[in-house]
Amino acid sequence: MFTPVMFASVLPEILILILAVILLCVEPFWKEDQRRNAGWLTAGGLFLIIIVSLLFGQPGEPIAVFGNMIRFDWLGFFFKILFMFAAAATALLLMDHEKAGQRGEAYLLLLASLLGMNLMAVSADLIMLYLAIETASIPLYVLSGFLLADDRSTEAGFKYLLFGTLASTIMLYGFSLIFGFAGTTNIYMLSQLFTSGDISVLLAFSVFALVIVGLGFKLAIVPFQFWAPDVYQGSPTPVAGFLSTASKAAGFAVVIRFFFVAFPSFAPSWTLIFAALAAITMTVGNLLAISQTNIKRLLAYSSIAHAGYALIGVVAFSQLGAASVVFYLAAYIATNLLAFGVVMAFSRITGLEEIQDYAGMSRRNPWLGLMMLAAFLSLAGMPPFGGFVSKVFVFAAGVQAGYTWLVVVGILNSIIGVYYYLNAMKFVYLYRMPNEDEENHPIPLTRPYAIALALLALGVILVGTVFAPWFSWSDAAALNLF
Amino acid sequence: MNFPILSIITFLPFVAAVIMLMMPADRKTEIRGVALATAVIDLLLAGWMYLQYLLGDMNGYQFIETYNWLPALGISLKFGVDGMSAPLVLLTGIVMVTGVLISWGVYDEEHHISAGIQDRPREFFAFLFLLAGGVFGVFVSLDLFMLFFFYEIAVFPMYLLIAIWGWVKTREYAAMKLTLYLFIGSVVALVGALAMYWTQYTNTGVLSFDMLLMEKAGFSAAFQYAWFLPVFFGFAVLGGIWPFHNWSPDGHVAAPTAVSMFHAGVLMKLGAFAALRVGIMLLPEGAKQWAWLVMAFAGVAVVYGAFIAFVQTDLKYMIGFSSVSHMGLVVLGVSTLNHDGLVGAGVQMFSHGVMTALFFAVTGMIYDRSHTRQIPELGGMMKALPFAGVGFIIGGLVSMGMPGFSGFVAEFPIFMGVWGRQWLVAVIASISIIITAAYIMIAIRRVFFGPMPEKLEGHISPITALDKIAIFTLCSCMVIIGIFPAVMVPMVEKGVENILRLLGGA
Amino acid sequence: MDFLNTHLLILILFLPTIAALVMLFLPGGETKLIRWFAFCASLIPFGLTVYLWNNFDPNATGFQFQNTYPWYEALNSSLHLGVDGISLSMVLLTTLLTPLAILASFSVTDRVKAYMMLFLFLETGMLGVFMSLDLLIFFVFWEIGLVPMYFLINQWGSANKDYASLKFMIYTMGGSLGLLLAVQMLGVLFGTYDLVVLYERWNSLDAGSILLGMPVHTVKTIAFWAFTIAFAIKVPVWPFHTWLPDAHTEAPTAGSMLLAGVLLKLGAYGFLRIVLPFYPLEAKIFAGALAFLAVAAIVFGAFAAYGQTDFKRLVAYSSINHMGFVVLGIAAAGLAAGTADAHIAMNGAVLQMFNHGLSAAGMFFLVGVIYERTHTRNLEEFGGLFPLVPVYGGILIFMSMASLGLPGLNGFVSEFLVVRGAYPVLKVYTAISMIGLLFTGAYILKGIAKVLHGPENEHWAHGEHKLTEINTREIFVVVPLMVLILVIGIWPAWILEVINKAVVALF
Repeated sequence: MFTPVMFASVLPEILILILAVILLCVEPFWKEDQRRNAGWLTAGGLFLIIIVSLLFGQPGEPIAVFGNMIRFDWLGFFFKILFMFAAAATALLLMDHEKAGQRGEAYLLLLASLLGMNLMAVSADLIMLYLAIETASIPLYVLSGFLLADDRSTEAGFKYLLFGTLASTIMLYGFSLIFGFAGTTNIYMLSQLFTSGDISVLLAFSVFALVIVGLGFKLAIVPFQFWAPDVYQGSPTPVAGFLSTASKAAGFAVVIRFFFVAFPSFAPSWTLIFAALAAITMTVGNLLAISQTNIKRLLAYSSIAHAGYALIGVVAFSQLGAASVVFYLAAYIATNLLAFGVVMAFSRITGLEEIQDYAGMSRRNPWLGLMMLAAFLSLAGMPPFGGFVSKVFVFAAGVQAGYTWLVVVGILNSIIGVYYYLNAMKFVYLYRMPNEDEENHPIPLTRPYAIALALLALGVILVGTVFAPWFSWSDAAALNLF
Repeated sequence: MNFPILSIITFLPFVAAVIMLMMPADRKTEIRGVALATAVIDLLLAGWMYLQYLLGDMNGYQFIETYNWLPALGISLKFGVDGMSAPLVLLTGIVMVTGVLISWGVYDEEHHISAGIQDRPREFFAFLFLLAGGVFGVFVSLDLFMLFFFYEIAVFPMYLLIAIWGWVKTREYAAMKLTLYLFIGSVVALVGALAMYWTQYTNTGVLSFDMLLMEKAGFSAAFQYAWFLPVFFGFAVLGGIWPFHNWSPDGHVAAPTAVSMFHAGVLMKLGAFAALRVGIMLLPEGAKQWAWLVMAFAGVAVVYGAFIAFVQTDLKYMIGFSSVSHMGLVVLGVSTLNHDGLVGAGVQMFSHGVMTALFFAVTGMIYDRSHTRQIPELGGMMKALPFAGVGFIIGGLVSMGMPGFSGFVAEFPIFMGVWGRQWLVAVIASISIIITAAYIMIAIRRVFFGPMPEKLEGHISPITALDKIAIFTLCSCMVIIGIFPAVMVPMVEKGVENILRLLGGA
Repeated sequence: MDFLNTHLLILILFLPTIAALVMLFLPGGETKLIRWFAFCASLIPFGLTVYLWNNFDPNATGFQFQNTYPWYEALNSSLHLGVDGISLSMVLLTTLLTPLAILASFSVTDRVKAYMMLFLFLETGMLGVFMSLDLLIFFVFWEIGLVPMYFLINQWGSANKDYASLKFMIYTMGGSLGLLLAVQMLGVLFGTYDLVVLYERWNSLDAGSILLGMPVHTVKTIAFWAFTIAFAIKVPVWPFHTWLPDAHTEAPTAGSMLLAGVLLKLGAYGFLRIVLPFYPLEAKIFAGALAFLAVAAIVFGAFAAYGQTDFKRLVAYSSINHMGFVVLGIAAAGLAAGTADAHIAMNGAVLQMFNHGLSAAGMFFLVGVIYERTHTRNLEEFGGLFPLVPVYGGILIFMSMASLGLPGLNGFVSEFLVVRGAYPVLKVYTAISMIGLLFTGAYILKGIAKVLHGPENEHWAHGEHKLTEINTREIFVVVPLMVLILVIGIWPAWILEVINKAVVALF
């Protein structure tokens, strides 16, 4: 029966659908040069939705709705807010993209993918989950290959599509195994069935392996990361930013719910797998990032590494662990989008993406330099930016759970991170353009960029300084898992 | 709630940094004015705070402010000063004001002088103030999490300040080396801090980063033995302790003048202070267990630093290594874990801060005019820059530990403290006094006296009134403390009493 | 007047510093004003010292005019001042010589203000050592005195000043390093630096107890040598004397006056104030060694002086020779502690300190007078000056005789007392030192002969090199010294009675 709670539980999704419909209806009437206004509409609409959801859509006690398909709780809700924030920022960044910004369908695809991610965060059933993942992924395949004239973009789209479908197929096979043995697809009922002893460790391991392959692709963790640099480099920059943040966070939302809820009794085995993956991911991501010369590839490897840090919280398998992952992702989404935003703003004017092209950037636009500084320092884990606090929380969870060795690996990795992030900043602040005439080569920011970057920078700093509200939300999200 | 003086002192530089960033880049004079005004206000507040503490009963932590920041994890913004940190807050204020004065800048086409900061002063002062705010934060934080928070804030602007405005030849290398060393040190200490945090939770059920609570957490002896070294040395890296001192002279040399002043004057104190506050005060048993090792390292630092300084020809390298030597004395004093040694360490932190700030200020003035720091290429500066020369000589006397100046007031008790532990170390470390006297005297003679090299004739323009104010401020601090130790020592003593109480009266 | 009486010592101590600080605000170009200001300022402490001398009760034991001011409370160190007979005579010597040295340096024209300020700082430093009854304060002033002296030599010295000043600094700092460590050790052991307290506690130490992980006598031996070497370098005792000829030779005239007149006394004073009271036992055991060094200083000092061709170097080595007697007296007193011989030797030693202060200052001044006129110190270039400058010649002979130990002048009195006291206990050493005395006569006569006698020196008689006679100002410098030399030579009792009481109290 349809109750007000059911309505509240999908309120954001309903509103997103309405927004999409409005967009569809309005867009054909706009002239070519007005179509970028779709970005204002999307971003403004999404911010409105965020406000409305916060006012009317807050979950109370966790509750299963729609025939146990959807779980209405803080975990899902907080992730949804994060996704919508990321999508809104991405929409703003898309607006002045030379090729994609003028086309309404880009925003539409973004909204479609957002819808899928929102559902990923709340799915309580494997079937629902799979559908959500596909809903989120397919628009992204299209978006990555959106620039048909650009070989790289086409290659990115195709590559993403191939690997993505392969990975989800493997994951689906894992799901089917679960269903075969448990006879149910409801995540919340699995935990009772899968008590250890009833099922052989070997089988459990193979299930985990299959699911982790699928989700690992989403998270872009080693060894399922190989697509990421190429796809990020080829896709339109805002889309790459969205891929590296919201899409990754959606993967984590699934990981947390799936493993924490369905397999607590197998925790020792899967935490071990994740611990190993986290260590490898951080190390490989950071080491490969050192030698990158392309800024987008650098960010790609750095985002791989960040998935590794976040996994420490998953490995901790505790309330604090889950909360710290969520918090980490909140900080990471703002930070990484900021970084990609700066890259977008820079390459829009200059058309360049190599790190060495950033020489003299802070003289060409001091504000953009500062934004990049904030983003990179946050990625490096320096206060007062979000990256510091979130890393500390994740490490704290790791130490609490006794994974000190993993924390030490994380720390060693963040040192490598400091090295290459600061090395990139060296170009921005220290070096100069070949003929030292930065004054004649300014980098103007259009209004959408100014708003998006300011918003994101504010987010990075707010998460890093006034962290209590965000952490209490993360904590509320984690509380529902145990 | 009283007047929140500590938060104002700490956050004012951050606010000023943001304000400066908002100002148009070409309004250089106005930007400098904002910087100076902020620094002066901060110094006045710090001075007022210092006097209040000194004239009050000097008991325990004062001016305490607590704001719950993240109750779920027991993180609070808890500020307070005791006898150990109050002088350091004052020191930071002094270095901040003098650093701004020195960086004000003179641009003189005729004499080829470009002193101070001419390139992007807006960003320079903003980053410098972020650094200053971080430093204040560490000194006043009573919450371990916030201590780390501010500690890291103090680290990263260093990279930019050195890399952007530093000495062209080595700045990139030095800045990266410095940042990596400090970052490694601090994150190693961070792991220790997290371990302490959870152990406290296990022991007492209290989930809090409040260091005053952690003092009572009852860490087991085994736990303290294991974690003392990472925590202490993690912080002590910033204190320039041998054998992790390597970043420090390179950083000094590469940094612009004001940053060298901050670096040697305040930042290295940050390491020693945090090592004391977190390492010794929270893990007293571990401290007792490992004091011999710390003492050995510090003893080596003292003598080795002095010898290396002796053979330097670059003035800044010489001062840089002398800082290693003098900070070694601080750690040596700390490692004694007795009244005299700790008092000496506390005073030495202040004394050395003021002294090296002065050294670097004068060196900067000379370099800006002569474009060389090589001691053999300099000479006759006393005639051209008499005020700076006298300042440098006073700094030199302090460095040598000459009585009547703050250096003696600080070093004497340190050596006494060491006597109380291990007389052999005192004897060996005292060699450094002679070496220091030798290199300081030689440097003073070569740089300030003797004939001026021909190519420098006519290029050495007089220093500005602002420079003189800075030199005078720094010198007067050293002389006043040297003649009247009572203006600082009783305060430090109170702080030491607290530490000794934690150490169980050892 | 009451304030004056209660704060006499601290006034004497810090008036020169205050004067120096006031001078900072005088215009640098007004050299005349600065000179007279410095001179007058230095006369005030002298006047106060005379007042002090008159109010000093020679019959009372212990320290008089004691003042205590808080200083470094954390270390239980306070500015504790006080004088007994020994220190009083040294204070008198210092406050007397400083105005004379300032008067002597009226001929300095280079950076007069800084020069005069350094002299006044130097005076405070020296006075502080003699007055302090707190070990830490003693050390503080001991070190402070070095700095002005270093700069005086380094800035206003002659050709080889860089080398000489650095050597001076490093030697004396090296010496004071031992002092520093020993002071610290005492401070750690007793928790106080007050000499009066330390005297009592130190000697009542239980011989069987363990200090710093070592038996008491080991600790005492180490500390004894640390102190002894520090003071021996300052005196200087052979073989630690090599800094002295360089420093003296290169220092400006007035600097040499104070260096020889007062600074060398600091070392000997340290022996009296610290080594002998603290280490009567060690002093006895090692008296032989000390006497050996003293005799070596006497003999080698005399030989070395004889071998010099530089007039100033000759006088410098003579200081080593004369200070050897002081140390000999101290060694004898240490060996014979408690007997009349000891008192005699000690009286002689203290008086010798005072006397050498007068005669060495005079000699260096006279060397300076002739150097200023001829710009050479080479004895070979002099000769036959007596007819040209008869007044100067007469004064020089007078001073030399005092230095030689001619009966009727002060040197004889003190050296006789030392030898008289030392002979019963240190027969061989005393006998050898007599050989040194013989050579003292030889080198002094050689000096006089080379400078004054011989056929009239044509080079200095005419033209641009014409030697001018000693002027009035310079006579004013040297006359007070001559008067005192004569007075002590004829009637030493007035000063010996002040010294004697303190010496007897010491043992």
